[in-house]
Amino acid sequence: MTSGSGAPSGAPVPEPKGVDAMADTAPILELRGVSKSFGAVQALYKVDFEVRTGEVMALVGDNGAGKSTLIKGIAGIHSFDEGEIRFDGRPVTIHGPRDSAQLGIEVVYQDLALADNLDVVANMYLGREQMTRAVLDEPTMEQKARATLDSLSVTTLRSVRQAVAGLSGGQRQAVAVAKAVMWNSKVVILDEPTAALGVAQTRQVLDLVRRLAERGLAVVLISHNLHDIFEVADRIAVLRLGQSVGVYERAATNQQEVVHAITAGTLRHVPGMAEEVVA
Amino acid sequence: MSAPVAPEAQGSTEVVAPESDSLGDTLREAWRTWLRRLRAGDLGALPIFVGLAALAVLFGALDENFYTERNFVNLLLQTAGIATIAMGVVFVLLIAEIDLSVAFVSGVGAVVMTLLLRPEEQDFPWWAAMAAALVVTTGIGLLQGLIITKGRVPSFVVTLAGYLTWSGVILILTTEASSAGTIRIQNEVVLGVANDYLPDVWGWALLVAMLVAYLAIELGKVRARKQRNVSHRPLVLILLQLAAIGLLGALAVWYANKDRGVPVVAVIVGAFLVFWTFIANRTRFGRHVYAVGGNPEAARRAGINVDRIRIAVFMIAGFMAGVGGIILASRLRSVDPGTGGGQLLLNAIAAAVIGGTSLFGGHGRVVSALLGALVIATVANGMDLLNLASGYKFVITGGVLLAAVLVDAFAKRARAASGMG
Repeated sequence: MTSGSGAPSGAPVPEPKGVDAMADTAPILELRGVSKSFGAVQALYKVDFEVRTGEVMALVGDNGAGKSTLIKGIAGIHSFDEGEIRFDGRPVTIHGPRDSAQLGIEVVYQDLALADNLDVVANMYLGREQMTRAVLDEPTMEQKARATLDSLSVTTLRSVRQAVAGLSGGQRQAVAVAKAVMWNSKVVILDEPTAALGVAQTRQVLDLVRRLAERGLAVVLISHNLHDIFEVADRIAVLRLGQSVGVYERAATNQQEVVHAITAGTLRHVPGMAEEVVA
Repeated sequence: MSAPVAPEAQGSTEVVAPESDSLGDTLREAWRTWLRRLRAGDLGALPIFVGLAALAVLFGALDENFYTERNFVNLLLQTAGIATIAMGVVFVLLIAEIDLSVAFVSGVGAVVMTLLLRPEEQDFPWWAAMAAALVVTTGIGLLQGLIITKGRVPSFVVTLAGYLTWSGVILILTTEASSAGTIRIQNEVVLGVANDYLPDVWGWALLVAMLVAYLAIELGKVRARKQRNVSHRPLVLILLQLAAIGLLGALAVWYANKDRGVPVVAVIVGAFLVFWTFIANRTRFGRHVYAVGGNPEAARRAGINVDRIRIAVFMIAGFMAGVGGIILASRLRSVDPGTGGGQLLLNAIAAAVIGGTSLFGGHGRVVSALLGALVIATVANGMDLLNLASGYKFVITGGVLLAAVLVDAFAKRARAASGMG
């Protein structure tokens, strides 16, 4: 599906775990030394981050660690003050949401960004409606939306013509994810996808996350729930106070180690110890 | 089948799934679906039709003139102006905003047109005067939209300021043009807008053309959906609906023809109804209007220019107010300092709401403007026949509005309970 990764990605693989084979593929998205400050607040300081095709990369950190700032920078909501973004090995610039969408980066936000009053199809195509001449091509959109949902094994939807307001939390998440992957995206960023879900629905969403990676997408998963992360992530990147404090292979670490990194990971630069004072 | 069949259409055989059921099954299924939606609070236009029927029975019993052909045509004329302005209001309500200036903006349009038409002054041809009026009212919409979006001021306040401003402009323009403030319209074409009637044959021809167009559009939809292998409405239902519309239409045309004929203004309102319904339901712009009303943040993230949609919607409101102003001025054959005043604003907004458009954005249809206007005009018309004082008219109209909002609130609760939002 995407650049020559050795792993059997592409066709849905029933076996959910075991992507070790691709440990040494080049990252599809790579951030090097990105910083971002809002006034006096240094939200990110020389952060490195990467995600590879076919893997689930978890991004964890306490509140205020800079997860959202990092994601918004990748999504083009705001731009980084310094640092480099490389996509597929090439340096790129992202100046707006359109730039990142153009590259194939899709973000599924915590609050989902679905319009409750519109049906599933309309939401999946919002802003990118298919037209025949000047008229909405509803049959085509409906067919493709249906096909995308089916390919993600989202089977709980009664009808794709149902208003999103009537969907459960898990179903809404599934629609939001399907919306993100429908556009030949290469990187999907999920912001707290299980935050407001019950046990069964969390299960569905985690399965969905795993399936995305198996389809050959690079998945960035932001979550507070370490249990969820240890279930689906291949690697775990930890942010603390705006800095990266480590990347852990899921198979080679445990929850204690990650919790320790989140709360007391070693910082290269201690806040307040400003070596340079700039306005 | 001229259109290419999608390569991915499964099976490649013709899809004939829904028609294979018997007629009875299809109808029973449709009935069940309808009942289910009703119970879930998706009332559609049902309360309106019930309300209209109740009003018709009530006024018919109280006054023998209510059912006369003459009064029927009058009713259509009374509905036209309100319905036209209310169509613009529907768009504004869809994006969860309000426009309190529409009535006086319609008045400004009417006054501008009338002043430009004066034979002893500018003496514009009718089309130029109308165009100028519409440019002015659309421009007012643009101005207010810009202030609301760029200045980040609530539309309520901006259009309230507009309400005062434009009423003042009307007063200034009319009193400067004539000391009495009343300026008569002398152009035959403009007067014809609300005072001319179609010849009988034309009324029928128009009805037939409308039905054929409706059938063609629906069949086109069915064909496109079959090609894409997605479910479509059963043909039986389309034909039944066509028959119902045809019957109602035929009744209306026949009755109107017994009097003066189908009013020209009914055709104008109908054309705008079709046009704006098409814009709302079948175009990208319409989809984005609903999205902005449902969740502006989602719309923004989807790359929709939310401000541009908002401004465009206020321009639509201004434009339709202008059209309504022309219709109302034509009907009264003049403008005066009171043009656009009185109950017009509340009637226009009430029409949209009574017709089922939500005040909270995202829910509503263009046709609700017409249905709501019909209710308001019916109440006004019936009261006039009964020679009741205006006070009673206001009280009753207020009651109808309250009832409509309550029905909507209950329906909304039912929708929430059944998870249909």
